[in-house]
Amino acid sequence: MAMLNFERKYRVRGGTLIGGDLFDFWVGPFYVGFFGVTTLFFSFIGTALILWGAAHQGVFNIWQINIAPPDLKYGLGPAPMMEGGLWQIITICALGAFTSWALREIEIARKLGMGLHVPFTYLMAVFAYFTLEVIRPILMGAWGHAFPYGIMSHLDWVSNTGYQYLHFHYNPAHMIAVSLFFGTTLALSLHGALVLSSTNPGSGQKVKTPEHEDTFFRDIIGYSVGTLGIHRVGLFLAVAAVFWSAVCIIISGPFWTRGWPEWWTWWLNMPIWH
Amino acid sequence: MDYQNLFTQTQVVGPENHGAPINEYDLRERTQSIGFSYLLGKLGNAQLGPLYLGRLGVASIAFGIVAFVIVGFNMLAQVHWNPIQMVRQLFWLSLDPPSPKYGLRLAPLSEGGWWNICGLFLTVSILLWWMRTYRRAKALGLGTHVPWAFAAAIWLFLVLGLFRPVLMGSWSEGVPFGIFPHLDWTAAISIRYGNLFYNPFHMLSIFFLYGSVLLFGMHGATILAVGRYGGEREIEQIVDRGTASERAALFWRWTMGFNATMESIHRWAWWFAVLCPVSGGIGILLTGTFVDNWYLWAMHHGMVPAYPTTSVVDPALATPAFAPTVEGLK
Repeated sequence: MAMLNFERKYRVRGGTLIGGDLFDFWVGPFYVGFFGVTTLFFSFIGTALILWGAAHQGVFNIWQINIAPPDLKYGLGPAPMMEGGLWQIITICALGAFTSWALREIEIARKLGMGLHVPFTYLMAVFAYFTLEVIRPILMGAWGHAFPYGIMSHLDWVSNTGYQYLHFHYNPAHMIAVSLFFGTTLALSLHGALVLSSTNPGSGQKVKTPEHEDTFFRDIIGYSVGTLGIHRVGLFLAVAAVFWSAVCIIISGPFWTRGWPEWWTWWLNMPIWH
Repeated sequence: MDYQNLFTQTQVVGPENHGAPINEYDLRERTQSIGFSYLLGKLGNAQLGPLYLGRLGVASIAFGIVAFVIVGFNMLAQVHWNPIQMVRQLFWLSLDPPSPKYGLRLAPLSEGGWWNICGLFLTVSILLWWMRTYRRAKALGLGTHVPWAFAAAIWLFLVLGLFRPVLMGSWSEGVPFGIFPHLDWTAAISIRYGNLFYNPFHMLSIFFLYGSVLLFGMHGATILAVGRYGGEREIEQIVDRGTASERAALFWRWTMGFNATMESIHRWAWWFAVLCPVSGGIGILLTGTFVDNWYLWAMHHGMVPAYPTTSVVDPALATPAFAPTVEGLK
């Protein structure tokens, strides 16, 4: 039984963005919808192309599969299929699948009478992907500047791209992004732990209240943001982390071509020091 | 578009909340002053304070201030006590650990000794703060999930500054105190040991770091999206499921075929956040102690292709005396 015991009354028609009743049904636990079909379409083609590329290269070691973008000599033009053309089509499929997924989330949120926070949060991640694979390569004039699809190969890309700018940790937007990543994880651990500590106070003890949660954090640091506030804090931190990640890579290359440690000389050379 | 529950639009200022009761003896340590901030109220609770002082907290802050001041005065000494230059060069200045020649012995103060003393004070401060979180949780009858999550972060901190330097036999392996210097240390250890990206525990740590951000993005957004049904009243929803929980669960079930519950999402959250520093600490502890080159280690385990055969003999790979390095091991 794919349906939860309270689920039937929520399974209503409507809320779709286009197509009316077209594909407005469920398969097992999944809602389908028009955008579910397009998601499946794009992900099937994209995955099949990755497998085709792997088969063509004769590499089936999961760590070593690598679908690379075209050589720089192809610029922003189309490349032959096995020299980056696969990467170009897979990227189109990925963007098609990601966009479809976001639109399907909007339809599901509308069915359930929910706000649109989840799809818009997800779109920030899609935007970061779009920045890496489309905006930055276009600004730099070649698809070859995008990252390849592969477990080890995308790590090599991150490593190599970082060292192109000598020491990427000195990128101010990277600093902000990493701080936000760490900050989000800290906030998540505190929130998860606080709710668990209230609802799991130890055997024989009564479940505690939000007032206890607030009191714990006020006792510790003098402020508790509260049950509603912590979800805003968490969402903003997470979205900001992804946003600043996109900023830190878009400025590397299109707007700053030298080593990032060198960027800081403006601070050392400000006239106020003299 | 409907109201999307991003900021509180109408603030109701209630009476001051002095907190859940604790025993009379402890209650003396809770400050009486309470403030309200309109801007904080846009995001969450407007109330600031009260704060619990207590011996552990005061001692922790005292030790922390000493550590902070040691770093500050060492930096100030490096710019010949010129406060303007201190501000100008703040991000570049560093309190470095001793040089390798001192091993695990105490170096002269000006040659890294201060680094040990500062690290000791900072460690004591952090451990006292851990005890404070434990005692405050117990005093309120709460579980001890916050202190144990905090302990995971302390594990990584101690690996970086204590456990790994001891295993390596030198304080010089420790992380310097300073903005750019600690970033330099991070880049240097990665390059020295064959690129940390090939370290599987580093991979896991990054997985849990990104996973934590993903989870908080998903969870924060979900709860705000069901805010109109009282979704933020999570404890209530855990013990007595309401329509907010049901809609939140069904959203993910319909989207990806799987859903957490109002309680289990917080277990996912806790484990993802905790495993990030736990696996990161393991990865750092293995680096230089048990594995000398993560790239060669990954090559040995078939994660990256072997070097193509050329007529050039790589002495690092060919010399029998260094055979273990072929496997990336010490």
